[in-house]
Amino acid sequence: MTMSGDMDSYYLSFIYGHLPYWLFIILMLSGLFIVVSRGNLIKKIVGLNIFQTSVFMFYISIGKISGGTAPILLDKAAGKTDVLYSNPLPHVLILTAIVVGIATTALGLALIIRIREEYNTIEEDEILEMDTQAYRAKNKDNAFEIET
Amino acid sequence: MASEIKQTVLHLSDHLPILQVVVPMLIAPIIVIFNNRLIAWLLSFFGTIICLIISVALMWATADGSVLTYFLGGWVPPVGIEYRIDAANSILLFLISVISVIVMFFSSNALISEVPKEKHTLFYACFLLCLTGLLGVVATADIFNVFVFLEISSLSTYVLVAQGSYVDRRALSASFNYLIMGTIGATFFVIGIGFIYMATGSLNMMDISERALELGNNRTIQAGFAFIIVGMGLKLAMVPLHIWLPNAYSFAPTVVTCFLAATATKVALYVLIRFVFSVFNYQYGFVSEIFLFLLMPLGIIAMIVGSVIAIFKQNLKKLLAYSSLAQIGYMVLGLSLLSEKGLSASLVHMVNHGFTKAALFMALGAFIINTKNPYLSSIKGLGKAMPLTSAAFVVGGLSLIGVPGTAGFISKWLLIEAVLEAGYWVVAVAILVSSLFAVIYIWKIVEVLYFNEKPENHGELSFYLVSPIWILALFCIFLGLNTGLTVDIANMAAEILF
Repeated sequence: MTMSGDMDSYYLSFIYGHLPYWLFIILMLSGLFIVVSRGNLIKKIVGLNIFQTSVFMFYISIGKISGGTAPILLDKAAGKTDVLYSNPLPHVLILTAIVVGIATTALGLALIIRIREEYNTIEEDEILEMDTQAYRAKNKDNAFEIET
Repeated sequence: MASEIKQTVLHLSDHLPILQVVVPMLIAPIIVIFNNRLIAWLLSFFGTIICLIISVALMWATADGSVLTYFLGGWVPPVGIEYRIDAANSILLFLISVISVIVMFFSSNALISEVPKEKHTLFYACFLLCLTGLLGVVATADIFNVFVFLEISSLSTYVLVAQGSYVDRRALSASFNYLIMGTIGATFFVIGIGFIYMATGSLNMMDISERALELGNNRTIQAGFAFIIVGMGLKLAMVPLHIWLPNAYSFAPTVVTCFLAATATKVALYVLIRFVFSVFNYQYGFVSEIFLFLLMPLGIIAMIVGSVIAIFKQNLKKLLAYSSLAQIGYMVLGLSLLSEKGLSASLVHMVNHGFTKAALFMALGAFIINTKNPYLSSIKGLGKAMPLTSAAFVVGGLSLIGVPGTAGFISKWLLIEAVLEAGYWVVAVAILVSSLFAVIYIWKIVEVLYFNEKPENHGELSFYLVSPIWILALFCIFLGLNTGLTVDIANMAAEILF
């Protein structure tokens, strides 16, 4: 009885102790799944955003030190030298990654607007279908080539 | 302190590693402000030539095996970002800047047939940003900096690919797919960097490799390595992750295709090489196992499958794109041997294939300027109507096949030598078979070019379009006859990396 109780608490602490990582894995996989499974281009971008957000979370949790506060230099100026603070470097890195993510999203959305102007749809299957039909109509003699 | 700063400012040559990256980055916004097509082209061309001069100077400085380092803002690594130029990346810097100069020259006349005039300024700005990113990835020795530059180049590449939509609207979906795939790849790469940082607490490549040695067989580092392999595999179009490449290459404007085919995938492969040899210790079991059991089979599959698909393609841009996949297979194969010879073969093939593929795509672009159509049936008899361009195409084709006297022969020879040294004679046979397939698809084009009636409405193009093609074709021949430039430096690079 006590044995299994120990095991239970072991597993519990394994889950609780790594909670940010579990959330990171769940977010990452759901984001990736949305990107792969959805045909709607906007939904793909949403999935991509979730996927990238999971990485932000991963980085922030790397920098966390238990009991640490925000890394602010004022404490040092006030003469406190024993302040424990989180590692600021991952935060800085992830700021850059957020900027990259925003740029990617903006560009993706701009492309979707152009695609919608040209095709009048944002469903991947319909776009592919229209491309195939246009291709067949134009190249009747090139029967050997299967356009992918 | 003050006198020290003054001194570093005075010596321009000390700042070459960073100037290389900064020059195109600064010119890009300047030309957007001027918003004049001619000024944009002149300044961009000027910028790429400066990059070329710098890269030649760097290659000259590092050819004897010395290493140039540059600390950004004077912060000493591992705190600051370090730029580090040695033989391995100087040869790639040279490739990228030479190709960018030639492509820039070609674009002065070629771009107008594919992109409307009022977009040219922005196009050149994007081109320069892409160049900045590629040069930055190669020059830096900080792994997070690699990611940032990789995304700078990728984001501008997506825009450049989408510019093909003025000719064919499929460029838009090709660009979108590339964006999705490229971003997934980059994000995997960032996760890998996160794992490495988690285990070692450093972002500087040299620092990490020292700290990783102390850690020994660490699971976190292995996970990071796995993520980086997948991320870079997506960026370099390693075979199961290559789906974005054929469409992106075939619907982008020719100028862009030319530049990307010669540089972008090579840079991603360089990142992989740099990580394997400078960041991770390649002697660890897991690295060599991944390379032997994963990368080598994938490289061989790419070689064979890419070439076979290329044979059946009627769209010539797509044909060359699939042939690029096969060539990437050669490079991955050379790397996967994890031997000094294999690595040097891989580096030489990167440079040689860069010139070869750029020549082929550029000649094809010249055909398309005349015919407005990338299909095989449209180039009938152009060998007689456009003799110079067609001859350059044939030279590029011979180099792609690997005929003695051309660049492709040298790198394939080195690769086969490396494979035989490692004892994989079956793989050597596969390389030969793949080269035979290359003969088939190149011959298919040559046959249509030369063995048809001369069309009446097409003539040879102007000097400004033909000369860059011939410069590239002559590079193919020159690098096949004079191996001093490529093989010696690649050997030096392989020695440094090992």
